[in-house]
Amino acid sequence: MIGAIYALDPLYLDGVGLAEVLITLGKVLVTFLILLLSVLFMVWFERKVIADMQNRVGPNRAGPFGLLQTLADGLKLIVKEDLIPNRSRRFVFALAPFLSVIPAFLVFAVVPLGGTFSEGDPGIVTIAGHETFAQLADPPIGVLWILAVSSIGVYGVMLAGWSSGSKYPLLGSVRATAQMVSYEAAMGLSIATLIMTTGSLSTRTMVSVQAGEGFAGFVPNWNVILTGIVPFAIFFIAALAETNRPPFDLVEAEQELVGGFHTEYSSIRFGMFFVAEFMHPVTMSAVIVTLWFGGPAGPLLPGFLEPVSGIFWLVAKVFVFLYIFVLIRGTLPRFRYDQLMDLGWKVLIPLQLGWLLLLAALNVGRDEGWNYAVVIGIGFFVVGGATFFLLSRASEVSRQRRELGEVDA
Amino acid sequence: METFVFFVAAAICLAGALGVVLSKNPVHSALSLVGTLFGVAVLFVAQNANFLAAVQVIIYAGAIVVLFLFVIMLLGVDRAENLSVDPLVGQRAAAIVAGVAIFALPVAALATTGWDATGAIANLGSVSDSAVPDVEGIGRVLFTRYIFALEITSILLAIAVVGAVMLAKKSPKAADMIVDLPARPTSTDADADAASADATSEEGTA
Repeated sequence: MIGAIYALDPLYLDGVGLAEVLITLGKVLVTFLILLLSVLFMVWFERKVIADMQNRVGPNRAGPFGLLQTLADGLKLIVKEDLIPNRSRRFVFALAPFLSVIPAFLVFAVVPLGGTFSEGDPGIVTIAGHETFAQLADPPIGVLWILAVSSIGVYGVMLAGWSSGSKYPLLGSVRATAQMVSYEAAMGLSIATLIMTTGSLSTRTMVSVQAGEGFAGFVPNWNVILTGIVPFAIFFIAALAETNRPPFDLVEAEQELVGGFHTEYSSIRFGMFFVAEFMHPVTMSAVIVTLWFGGPAGPLLPGFLEPVSGIFWLVAKVFVFLYIFVLIRGTLPRFRYDQLMDLGWKVLIPLQLGWLLLLAALNVGRDEGWNYAVVIGIGFFVVGGATFFLLSRASEVSRQRRELGEVDA
Repeated sequence: METFVFFVAAAICLAGALGVVLSKNPVHSALSLVGTLFGVAVLFVAQNANFLAAVQVIIYAGAIVVLFLFVIMLLGVDRAENLSVDPLVGQRAAAIVAGVAIFALPVAALATTGWDATGAIANLGSVSDSAVPDVEGIGRVLFTRYIFALEITSILLAIAVVGAVMLAKKSPKAADMIVDLPARPTSTDADADAASADATSEEGTA
């Protein structure tokens, strides 16, 4: 039983000695540091890109190109006075920032960080003569781990708002919880299509499945193509909502809620929320890349760069998504609350359910040897018709309700 | 090693359970419940049931207790209760009887097996067969041997969803009826699945 846990990583196959423990601790440390540094970078990157978009300079004082600005801000936060409001529930108030920041770290544990996946290589790297995976952990249920941990992240926001003992944070946290719980459903459904396509729940297996040769020899075998883009689009929108990023940042809508759930927080307690908030785009980009874009899989780099090609591809792909996250923040206006809920429950979930059925029908058709074109034709007709009907009905109903004034808009 | 994991997880479970019962504040009770659920998840992992552990965290800790907290916060019952009043007549006696009966049940079950129940993986066939991943095993059993129970449960859940939506829905007639009631949030006690309908009406009530 415990032996079965050891069998998850080739590192532990020959028993666990000092070297194995040290390698594992090393992996923990490296993963942790990568994330912390990427947060430092992400804050700078976001400010700089948005400054560019708004024709400003952005941070430019501390260090070259203002790179050390985040460090300076962090130091400032640490030495600021730590205020605990009188009406707060102290224990929960102190607990909430940790519940927010720790899940943000934990998601990253199942992301494969490197290793070559080409030619059937299962992504094994050798550290000091020991073979292991280039990821902190590879549980057989890696994808569910991502869902589980991000669902725990809700607690941080919720308890922070409640324990502050003031109105605006409570409103912000109520919004956040409803939003995160709603979009978790859409996210889980889109992951279900993924599991159906790859036939595995392990993140590493998903990457190695995607590493194979794709259509016509040059189209990559990525899940985003295999599942037909729609599940990915839904996952991406749900990821934006899960992480409370714009355009779904109603949690901290400044004009309405002051600062949202962390209004009453100051000093390093606020710093922890801040770190979690900027870690989410990084971890979510890594998860998106792992699940839909082949993770560290890619062509090998030439020459002496070959061992780092896995990390190179991962970082390159993550960068694209970080940029998209910032781009969205810089351009899209915030959703209204009823629009947010309509989108989640009346559009994304029915659409994703229909798409799941369509893919399942295609799978069955392939197994039974049905005519592919007929299956696709009928499937699209049925699913598309049902989706169109539901969507038009939903938007009609919500328009009527708005006109009747039943929803405060 | 396994015994060690068991004792740590069991201690977490028990501490959480005691916290649920003994906390004066309902929010602290709910948080203790999360602790218990995590302990159970760890026990599942130690039994090589990774899927059950993940589902335990996603469903119970991630959704159900969140909704408990939601209701507690919105209904404003997050205060210490007055323990000297019985809302239901004779509920204490009934609770004691029910508690003793529930405790007697596992004790009787253990006694009839001769006190030799262990934490070892039972020989249940495909579910715990280490050659088949537990996700696959559970899926296979659910969709073959227990297909009827599964379908019945899903229909039950679907009915619950529809019922919750109907309860939370504001039809013009229902709005007239609500006016006669004493002022209190009407839509917040709806079920989990009505979260969306809830959330849209919260802004009005909160």
